[in-house]
Amino acid sequence: MESHVSHRERFWLYIFVGLVIFYLVAPTFIVVPVSFSSTTSLSFPPPGWSTRWYEAFFGQEKWIGSTWVSLRVAFGTMVLATVTGVAASYALHVSRLPLGNLIRSTLISPLAVPSILIAIGIFFVYARIGGMLNTIYGMILGHSVVAMPFVILTMSAGLQSYDMTQEMVARSLGANRFKAFMTVTLPQLKFSVATSMLLSFLVSFDELIISLMISSGPVSTLSRVTFATLRDDVDPTLAAVSTLMLIVTCIPPLVLHIVTNRAKKKGA
Amino acid sequence: MMEQAVLRLSPSSLTPDQLKENHEALKKEQRSEARTMFRLTLPAILIVGLLMVAPIGWLLSMSFVGQDGRLGFENYVLFFSEAVYREMFINTFIIAFVVTVICLILGYPVAYLMAILPSPWAGFLMLAVLMPFWTSGLVRTFSWLIILQRNGLVNQMLVWMGVIERPIALVHNMTGTIIGMVHIMVPFLILPLYASMKAIDLNLMRAAANLGSTPAHAFRRVYLPLSMPGLIAGTIMVFVMCLGFYITPALLGGGKIKMIAQRIEESLALYPTWGPAAALAVLLLVMTAVCLGVSLMLVRRLTAES
Repeated sequence: MESHVSHRERFWLYIFVGLVIFYLVAPTFIVVPVSFSSTTSLSFPPPGWSTRWYEAFFGQEKWIGSTWVSLRVAFGTMVLATVTGVAASYALHVSRLPLGNLIRSTLISPLAVPSILIAIGIFFVYARIGGMLNTIYGMILGHSVVAMPFVILTMSAGLQSYDMTQEMVARSLGANRFKAFMTVTLPQLKFSVATSMLLSFLVSFDELIISLMISSGPVSTLSRVTFATLRDDVDPTLAAVSTLMLIVTCIPPLVLHIVTNRAKKKGA
Repeated sequence: MMEQAVLRLSPSSLTPDQLKENHEALKKEQRSEARTMFRLTLPAILIVGLLMVAPIGWLLSMSFVGQDGRLGFENYVLFFSEAVYREMFINTFIIAFVVTVICLILGYPVAYLMAILPSPWAGFLMLAVLMPFWTSGLVRTFSWLIILQRNGLVNQMLVWMGVIERPIALVHNMTGTIIGMVHIMVPFLILPLYASMKAIDLNLMRAAANLGSTPAHAFRRVYLPLSMPGLIAGTIMVFVMCLGFYITPALLGGGKIKMIAQRIEESLALYPTWGPAAALAVLLLVMTAVCLGVSLMLVRRLTAES
């Protein structure tokens, strides 16, 4: 709904918000032209163009290896956090568990706890039980902690708008609980599940502080290697890395956004 | 057959014994259902409990163990006696405060416009706000390094416009840290603010105008108070997240800006003792919990009033 103030009266508001949006969106993309620079300087605009920094990226074990580590960890986190998170939010939704509220807030709490604390906590546990530091599995478990709140929140929102009686109908027609869930409930929650998967993948792919604490050497994630390089010696290979990370983290959400919007319009 | 089954379930036709039996069967069913459901939450609880809740409890206990292994407040006393720690706390709070204020100034108008503009425009703004939300913090920090460096875009522009004569240091200091942190934090302020603004009926503003108030007056007396729950929630969220920030100050601060999170990481990397780091961690956690608790209380009170 439009308010009573005219566009002309809001002229300065438009200008101001335009500038803020520019500040929010534009800077990130500066890594794209810089990654095609022909020189080692990080100047913008680049004096000439080349793809040498991409060649440098694909030619170096430290980048390729850590990219693989990141992708495997993110995939594992996506599976683990989504499966356990969906199960938990379903259980919390359908039954009034005695400690339901406590369980829910515990599962969401990693969102509020500063990540440095989660990181040293995980480091401590792994240092004690042994065999978990510097492993893919250790990182998958650790990243699942920080991905969990996103799955729980997304799934709870999805379950809220889902009519549970449908599952009851399926069960009264003879399906057991598991079958009713898999064939009736889950397909209708597919957008929430997809969002949960995407979020947990991205949270893991982006995660840095936990990886800093519990991994090193050949099991370093891409973000960890990027961080170390940023701190020590900065060169345009980083711009190539950043551009690739930009593609990995930006395209899927955009696609999901468009797909869900279209699905909503179709439904309406 | 069917009819009879239904009838048997109706309480009036059952003998007291049958009733009791029925009741017990139902209870048993309920208990077994609760057990199944609890089992479903177990994997998630195990992951979060074992890797986060338990070690935080351990940190709490470690923070009271001194260098000599005895129980006491030694680690906490350290913060008040040593200038390094005092400075770090002051630094952290100044940065968090400044970043929060700038986020408010930048974020409020965006959320407001998003709430009052018609659909395609509001959607476009939302996408623009979410866009940096999706992108990696590392990528954005690196972008700021490029833009703010000595011969970077901002310095070139400022020299060209004649504001400054020669490039100034914008990065590896407080300025760079704040610019980078604001960039990451603004969406966290806009989203809750937008949620509470979306619920405000704009007819209220029209009514205020009809009753003779100027737009500015109506905004101050009607709109601002109604958007307060989102404003408080967003502000405190940004402030709390700033307190625990690690990546941006570490990179854009150039090692000069020390905040709590970096000090924790550093003291763990440099010294084998967990005590001071644990105490710092506990303090950070307590500050976070207190801020969030206060904001929750304020928001509840405000929503209950209106």
